[in-house]
Amino acid sequence: MILLAIDTSAIASAALLRWHDGDAEAALLAQFATEDTKSHAEVLAPGIRALLDEQGLTGAHVDRIVVGVGPGPFTGLRSGIATARALAFAWDVPLGGLMSLDAVAWDVVASGSSVQTIRGPRSTPASGETDARPLAAPSSDFLVATDARRREVYWGRYTASGALLDGPHVAYPDALPPLPAYGAGAGIYGEKLAAAGAVVVPGFERAQPTAASLGLAAVERLARGQALLDTAPRYLRESDAQVPGPRKKAL
Amino acid sequence: MNQPLVLGIESSCDETGVGIVRGTTLLANTVSSSMDEHVRFGGVIPEIASRAHLDALVPALREALETAGVTLDEIDALAVTSGPGLAGALMVGVCGAKALSVATGKPLYAINHLVAHVGVGLLDGGVYGGRLPEDLGALLVSGGHTEILRVRNIASDVELLGSTIDDAAGEAYDKVARLLGLGYPGGPAIDGLAREGDPKAFRFPRGLTQPKYMGTAEVPGPHRYDWSFSGLKTAVARCVEQHEAAGKPVPVADIAASFQEAVVDVVTAKAVLACREQGIRNLLLGGGVAANSRLRELTASRCAEAGISLAVPSFSLCTDNGAMVAALAARVIMDGGAPSDLAFAPDSSLPVTTVSV
Ligand SMILES: [Zn+2]
Repeated sequence: MILLAIDTSAIASAALLRWHDGDAEAALLAQFATEDTKSHAEVLAPGIRALLDEQGLTGAHVDRIVVGVGPGPFTGLRSGIATARALAFAWDVPLGGLMSLDAVAWDVVASGSSVQTIRGPRSTPASGETDARPLAAPSSDFLVATDARRREVYWGRYTASGALLDGPHVAYPDALPPLPAYGAGAGIYGEKLAAAGAVVVPGFERAQPTAASLGLAAVERLARGQALLDTAPRYLRESDAQVPGPRKKAL
Repeated sequence: MNQPLVLGIESSCDETGVGIVRGTTLLANTVSSSMDEHVRFGGVIPEIASRAHLDALVPALREALETAGVTLDEIDALAVTSGPGLAGALMVGVCGAKALSVATGKPLYAINHLVAHVGVGLLDGGVYGGRLPEDLGALLVSGGHTEILRVRNIASDVELLGSTIDDAAGEAYDKVARLLGLGYPGGPAIDGLAREGDPKAFRFPRGLTQPKYMGTAEVPGPHRYDWSFSGLKTAVARCVEQHEAAGKPVPVADIAASFQEAVVDVVTAKAVLACREQGIRNLLLGGGVAANSRLRELTASRCAEAGISLAVPSFSLCTDNGAMVAALAARVIMDGGAPSDLAFAPDSSLPVTTVSV
């Protein structure tokens, strides 16, 4: 079966995955992701069309859609959800949501297991080997943080096996618990996190939620018999609108 | 293509609209408004409007298709407002429309919102019976815009003759209604109360009417056909404050009537001037403020004096809606216009010279 995954909580990305019902393993067929966080409305639809074309697939082949529901900056987040909802309506396929931070958490846990196989559990990166991804698998609870702008981060706390324990929240970085922190939100505020006792994990300072990882996380979740979320965006912030106070009377 | 079946999506302000037309025949016009959510703020809050669009879009699509009695598969083309409008609000409709295009393989036309207001004139049984007249102009007055356009060819040749340089007329109504404690939206509240007041009680300023802005027909000033409403709003505020400072009751009805007269007078005077000088013989009045009784009345009488024929579409086609987007796209298609590249971006300040992107 074919899963289309979409996430626009930070960068814009989409992915096609093949999986079998009840199986936690999925094959990533194709994916695209932008570098920037501002062109979602332009690139997302053409990107999805290109993925389908490239795989020789049409809408009739897509069995399910999963979309990242944030947290993320409002307008960008909505582009993915609006796209996913319209696609699901047109194709008449089931649509579910997943917390976008779960995509990074999935990467964290997955990178740990692959590094362990290759290098053994205690390996550390050789000095100067900046491109090599170091051992990243957490042995404790860990944090995923993305950029919430306005000097804040969106964050969640996960168990070492990647289950969400607490969150998502939006907060100043110095308010986070003292745990290993992964994701672009951690990378931007490394010093503030360090001051709070959290440790920014090398190799993940620029990590963003991607649709590919979101899709893999969704398949794993479905295989465990867990439902996906609805697609209501997790904005975590009110609109900035202020109810105007009473007008000052001239006296 | 002859009589294409077109689905149009509109999300530039606080109305989520989905309309379906077959050529020049209107089949469905579904509109969902978030207006109630803006009441306590006294004006449209872009982020609240955008959130509402996201939740209203698919239900509106479903309802419009059901009303029209057609399926998405049967649609020949899709259309969407790509600007001008609120950036975050436009984004929702644009993403939804692009997704439908990817899902169905149907071409998508990105349409100019302002020109689409004139597009309702294309509909059968509408003001022009499916065929726009020659020498056409459009006066658009709403909470988001105030413009006078010349329409030589609605699919390809539209010119902006004048516009507001600050607030839209409807926005001025909202701000003054708030000053007077009349609630939101301000248009209907002021229009109603103005009937009980004296429009000559106060002489409020008509913005950009001094000779230095107007110039002459031969040598036009920099704002001959433009409007400004911010000074008017300030004058009303000062008037209210003066009454309060003097310990006198604020003559709310007289202020409402005098404010409305100032807006309507300057809007119609400049619109009719533009028509006369630019050879426009037919004027279409559109936008939500077209529902204002005094604006309709004064536009009608001044047009009649000037020998200009005035057309005012039904209210549901004056306010923002998806049918106007579909109607304009259908015309663009029938004229052989090319669909938009799916990579287009919404443009909050799309100029009227760009009818379709
Ligand atoms: Zn409008």
